[in-house]
Amino acid sequence: MTMTVTTVQDAGVQPVFYVKDEHDHPEGGSTMLGFWIYLMSDCLIFAALFATYGVLGRSFAAGPSPHDLFELPLVALNTSMLLFSSITYGFAMLAMEKGRVGTTQLWLAITGLFGLAFLGIELYEFTHLILEGATPQRSAFLSSFFTLVGTHGLHVTFGLIWLVTLMVQVAQRGLVQTNRRRLMCLSLFWHFLDVIWIGVFTFVYLMGML
Amino acid sequence: MSADAHAEHAHGEGHAEGTLRGYLIGFGLSVVLTAIPFWLVMTGHFDSQTTALAIMGFAMVQIVVHMVFFLHMNTKSEHGWSMMALIFTLILVVITLTGSLWVMYHLNTNMMPGHDMSQMP
Amino acid sequence: MSPTPVSPIFGRFTLEALPIHEPILVVTFAVVALGGIAVLGAITYFRLWGYLWREWFTTVDHKRIGIMYMVLGIIMLLRGFADAIMMRLQQAIAFGGSEGYLPAHHYDQVFSAHGVIMIFFVAMPLVTGLMNFVVPLQIGARDVSFPFLNNFSFWMTVSGAVIVMMSLFVGEFARTGWLAYPPLSGIIYSPDVGVDYYIWALQVAGVGTLLSGINLICTIVKMRAPGMTMMKMPVFTWTSLCTNVLIVAAFPILTAVLSLLALDRYVGTNFFTNDLGGNPMMYVNLIWIWGHPEVYILILPAFGIFSEVVSTFAGKRLFGYTSMVYATVVITILSYLVWLHHFFTMGSGASVNSFFGITTMIISIPTGAKMFNWLFTMYRGRIRFELPMMWTLAFMLTFVIGGMTGVLLAVPPADFVLHNSLFLVAHFHNVIIGGVLFGLFAGIAFWFPKAFGFKLDPFWGKMSFWFWVIGFYFAFMPLYVLGLMGVTRRLRVFDDPSLQIWFVLAGFGAFLIFLGILSFLIQIAVSIRNREKLRDFTGDPWDARTLEWATSSPPPAYNFAFTPIVHDNDAWWDMKKHGYQRPLEGFKPIHMPRNTPAGVFLAGLSMVLAVALIWYVWWLAAISFVALLATAIGHTFNNNRDFHIPAEEVVQTEGERTRLLAGHAGA
Repeated sequence: MTMTVTTVQDAGVQPVFYVKDEHDHPEGGSTMLGFWIYLMSDCLIFAALFATYGVLGRSFAAGPSPHDLFELPLVALNTSMLLFSSITYGFAMLAMEKGRVGTTQLWLAITGLFGLAFLGIELYEFTHLILEGATPQRSAFLSSFFTLVGTHGLHVTFGLIWLVTLMVQVAQRGLVQTNRRRLMCLSLFWHFLDVIWIGVFTFVYLMGML
Repeated sequence: MSADAHAEHAHGEGHAEGTLRGYLIGFGLSVVLTAIPFWLVMTGHFDSQTTALAIMGFAMVQIVVHMVFFLHMNTKSEHGWSMMALIFTLILVVITLTGSLWVMYHLNTNMMPGHDMSQMP
Repeated sequence: MSPTPVSPIFGRFTLEALPIHEPILVVTFAVVALGGIAVLGAITYFRLWGYLWREWFTTVDHKRIGIMYMVLGIIMLLRGFADAIMMRLQQAIAFGGSEGYLPAHHYDQVFSAHGVIMIFFVAMPLVTGLMNFVVPLQIGARDVSFPFLNNFSFWMTVSGAVIVMMSLFVGEFARTGWLAYPPLSGIIYSPDVGVDYYIWALQVAGVGTLLSGINLICTIVKMRAPGMTMMKMPVFTWTSLCTNVLIVAAFPILTAVLSLLALDRYVGTNFFTNDLGGNPMMYVNLIWIWGHPEVYILILPAFGIFSEVVSTFAGKRLFGYTSMVYATVVITILSYLVWLHHFFTMGSGASVNSFFGITTMIISIPTGAKMFNWLFTMYRGRIRFELPMMWTLAFMLTFVIGGMTGVLLAVPPADFVLHNSLFLVAHFHNVIIGGVLFGLFAGIAFWFPKAFGFKLDPFWGKMSFWFWVIGFYFAFMPLYVLGLMGVTRRLRVFDDPSLQIWFVLAGFGAFLIFLGILSFLIQIAVSIRNREKLRDFTGDPWDARTLEWATSSPPPAYNFAFTPIVHDNDAWWDMKKHGYQRPLEGFKPIHMPRNTPAGVFLAGLSMVLAVALIWYVWWLAAISFVALLATAIGHTFNNNRDFHIPAEEVVQTEGERTRLLAGHAGA
């Protein structure tokens, strides 16, 4: 919108009260802010789950404790998967800014594979625990552990579904403005999940092993 | 303020965009900041309290690194509203976490069987 | 009550879940069914389905969505109030060996449903509806930031309401009180569907509330008319902004805590159980981290309404605009630091209790500042005692009493005596009715002419007002007395006959409130009948001050033919003062969002999913979940989202208004 706004009223000069030459508002001008605010609300869901883990995380009910369960090498591997997927998503964004559809798609696909690997390792860990008898029902510690880590995993799952959807849309219509905006939203989502994971591996896995 | 916001719409989102350099720096820092805490815990060089404080410190720094290099947070995007939302959220996260822990810890101290009433905090 | 076997097809639903053996419910069902059939029949007879679907159900127009929220809130008010008057009757007669007329099993559902409905499906939709309708107009915008999301949010709220209503006739509702504390709400003590109805109704509606919160924040931050800086925003917009910030900040906690309770009930985890390390008090802690901000979510918009009403009807600029804004912001932040005052008696000890007691008392300071701002606005003003202003005055008197008893309850030692007593019940009804509800009535009377183009009938409005206000005092002052005498809440029968007279008085008050609600409905009917006499041609029937009054009543779909430019807090007042001339030419096509049915479908599928989960119908849950996901993804492939209102149509609409204004100039 191109116009001049005079908020200072000169005496005697009739102030302008409406915009005469208005242009269309491009769609999605608020999307990035709105999505960011959504992420903030998601962050508070995780805050509640972290708080629950903080309060109940030592209630082992004579069951297994982190020392009996966690395998840090596996967690380190998992963390690296997520970290790699973050940088590859970053590369996808750089390719998008240059307008290269093929490169963007390639990096998105690689990101998706890293995400899948992360989920696979997490599922392996969960089944392993459950087979050992460390089920979510066993103690409040395990309930809160599975819920916190599982909620993060669920987010990654939805991120993957979204990623595939966007790859289809980019294939259909190329890097149009709408798709760019959506890729930027997913970028925020993906990196946000990585930030949450920093909290998870620090507070759940590393602190648990101390 | 709002007028600027409108003017900006026409030119795009006004969103900070990353550079290859930025992503690589962020990635490098993240690797280091992840590796050190894992190493600290897996080798057990220090006593657990020192290690706990250290890995929390590393986590904080890494979160900032991710915010800056991957999420491209700065004080200007969306005219500072993104940053404001983030700071507000962080305050609430701190209130929720520390508040819950404080409240529930005192509850446990006071109400669990076998405690001494004269020690009530 | 024995756990019924789960059938693979019908889950745990059996014909016994239908309450055919409870005469009260059968009669209620008959009345609701007849009424429903009558309404549906009338819609079919007058061939309104197509119109309703195209123009209302699928609309993305914030004004229509706002009006639909209000209708939902008022319908649910009738249900919530029916619960209230049933409780009052039960408590008034259950003395001297009488069991009253409600069995315990039913009574417990009634008080739980009353609380849930009044907060989530009356107060929230009414508040959200007003914000939806008014805020974009007040900031000179064409619509909200995400019009489709707005429609979707509304239908999610409706779905939640439908789930609650369904529990009345299929199965039962929670018997746990409105916050469903475990372990009572755990699977061991509440094995049937009641608590699941509660959980899923709130989860579904909560999604809607959260999204509408994000939507309105973005709208206020990004869509203000040029020239409207933050400190030139109308106070109602400010309080709406703070309310929506609170919604976005608080509702995730509710989502999380209800999910944990659901996991306890469905998966058998041990978050809030008494076994294996679970801690029920963690639920209480978390739910009040949401619950306390929630009450400010409700009251802040009411404060905004009173501010607009006072300055309009005193004919003066609001006194202390800046302090009003800062008070609102301070309340927003402080509301996050007081949650423990809901469970002082839990046993966290003196240091924790003193901290939260003090923060609670501090909140009364910004609230008091607001009170003085309104008083000083009225001071030396030419006050017109129209209906909105009357509600505002009643609020100021009533809310101060409620605030004082609140500060009293904030003192932990006093709370140990009054916790869970009728004193508490009286206190929060005092602030919610005296604050939120009076505010909403003021808002409805104030903005009704803007929404529909004619004023509400003043006579029946005043009848409603006096019945409500007097009824409120009769209904709740006795509860203060009873609370001080030690009567606890949620009791069904009483032994001490000396208490009965107070309950009878309270019941009489509830009857007066019934007359108040009746008068309100009559008021609407009479106003519709006399709409030609009550017509507002100017668009500015109250000689008001903010931008929404600059356009016609009802406003055209595009709100403003030209986006206004703002120079002052009271933008419209400033325009009138400077001899603003309505533009009569140079109209351009206007870019608008297109209607879509996706919101209805998504919310409908969510409802099916919720009901399937409540009844353990796993196959239906799986199908509806996949369908939900597919519909959501499918919607993102829809690129046909906007259109232009042609310039000729704008010319025609604005031309009609010009003729109307000319025809009634000086009238």
